[in-house]
Amino acid sequence: MSEKAIVFDRVSKSYPRYHQIMGIKNFLFHLPTAIRSLKNARYEVLNGISFEVYRGESFGIIGRNGVGKSTTLGLIAGVLRPDSGRVIVNGRISPLLELGGGFHPELTGRENIILNGVLLGMTRAEVLKRMDEIIEFSELGEFIDQPLRTYSSGMYARLGFSVIAHLDPEILLIDEVLAVGDIGFQKKCLDKMLGFKRMGVTIVFVSHSMGDIEKICDRVMWLEDKRVREVNESKKVITDYINR
Amino acid sequence: MRRLQNYRDLLIVLTQKELKVRYKNNILGYLWSIANPLAFAFVFFIAFKVVMKIQMEDYALFLISGLFPWQWFANSVTESPTVFLGNASIIKKVNFPRGIIPLTIVLQDMIHFILSVPVIVLFLIIYHKAPSISWAYGIPLLLLIQLLLTYGVSLIISSINLFFRDIKHLTVILVTLLFYLTPIIYPETMVPERYKQLINLNPMAPLMISWRGLFLRGGLDPPYLLSSFIYSILIFMCGYIIYRRLSWRFAEVL
Repeated sequence: MSEKAIVFDRVSKSYPRYHQIMGIKNFLFHLPTAIRSLKNARYEVLNGISFEVYRGESFGIIGRNGVGKSTTLGLIAGVLRPDSGRVIVNGRISPLLELGGGFHPELTGRENIILNGVLLGMTRAEVLKRMDEIIEFSELGEFIDQPLRTYSSGMYARLGFSVIAHLDPEILLIDEVLAVGDIGFQKKCLDKMLGFKRMGVTIVFVSHSMGDIEKICDRVMWLEDKRVREVNESKKVITDYINR
Repeated sequence: MRRLQNYRDLLIVLTQKELKVRYKNNILGYLWSIANPLAFAFVFFIAFKVVMKIQMEDYALFLISGLFPWQWFANSVTESPTVFLGNASIIKKVNFPRGIIPLTIVLQDMIHFILSVPVIVLFLIIYHKAPSISWAYGIPLLLLIQLLLTYGVSLIISSINLFFRDIKHLTVILVTLLFYLTPIIYPETMVPERYKQLINLNPMAPLMISWRGLFLRGGLDPPYLLSSFIYSILIFMCGYIIYRRLSWRFAEVL
């Protein structure tokens, strides 16, 4: 098959337990226990998972809450490091931020487009060059020069997706963000994603909406109990997942 | 190459963001940022000059020339504990050098300080003095030293705070303590002989003495300049090492 964009090779990932992140006061008062717990108490989220995503493919990840879907995206984005195993990524990554992430409520829509675009890896000149397209896509009209605190959550989502839609991504990471905005705009987002797909952008898509997954993804991975339960073409995995 | 340009733009855009939010494009924002050190200068002037009758000439000018640069340091450091927490959603998704975030805070406060220099000039004029030509190289030099030092402290505090979330309270106490241990509201010459050596242990002392010397006399003392420079390098390196060791875990603990 074609070139590999993402390779996970027996990747394990654990997190520190919450009580480890305590105050320095507690740490000093319970020093021996605290030091012991620093070493031991981690809980495992992924245990030796392996999969591959090919260039130009749309790859879905499904599973119950807390099963490690977002952790997998974090590992792909390189913000998390695996405890063991290897993560190989070929291509520039554009993560779609959650609602309001990378925005500031006091800045105008226009200013936030620059902020968000630069956060997502563009240079300022590149964002400015696409400014008009982005604004047009967002359909925000005169709101674009209003501070973001006057926006509704649907308008936030429009702005966020409009920026990412003009990124020239190579690998797009999407973590459950399409379910906002009105139906018209949701459809526009979906169309844009299908457009990316046609352009050969690799998409990794995490969602609980089986409808969206089926529309967008070629293959789907089902995560369960720290491991890969099944990787296969979308229809098959979704059917198995629903009938589990 | 493109990546470096992106990091540079990130630094610019994030600093602009802070400035825009603070000033909201109006003059009142500027007045607020100088009101704080001026208010402190006023309080100390009342307490020490008017009430306790300290024997010093031009005490108001003396206070201002130390309080303004201190304000930069103190603001940046007390903001440090929350800088990463406040940007959690970005840090968890986007991979970029996290050290840019505290740097924008320090740069932003530096810009406030630079903008407040005219106020110092105003006080000089009130006291029948004038800015010196040596400011032309003295100010950039001390700016650089203080930038390094403050950024180093900021990296240490912001990084460690993710693992020990109560550093915030400790920071406020330590900054206040350091303020009174640094010759800002009193001259280093008034420190009793047997404690004089202790001043050299305070990394902020030589820097603050240098700022004041530059503003009041237009001169820099080479020994103080040198020791402040060495302190700033050491603290910056220390901060950078701690940050490097911890930064890959930020997304885990946020």
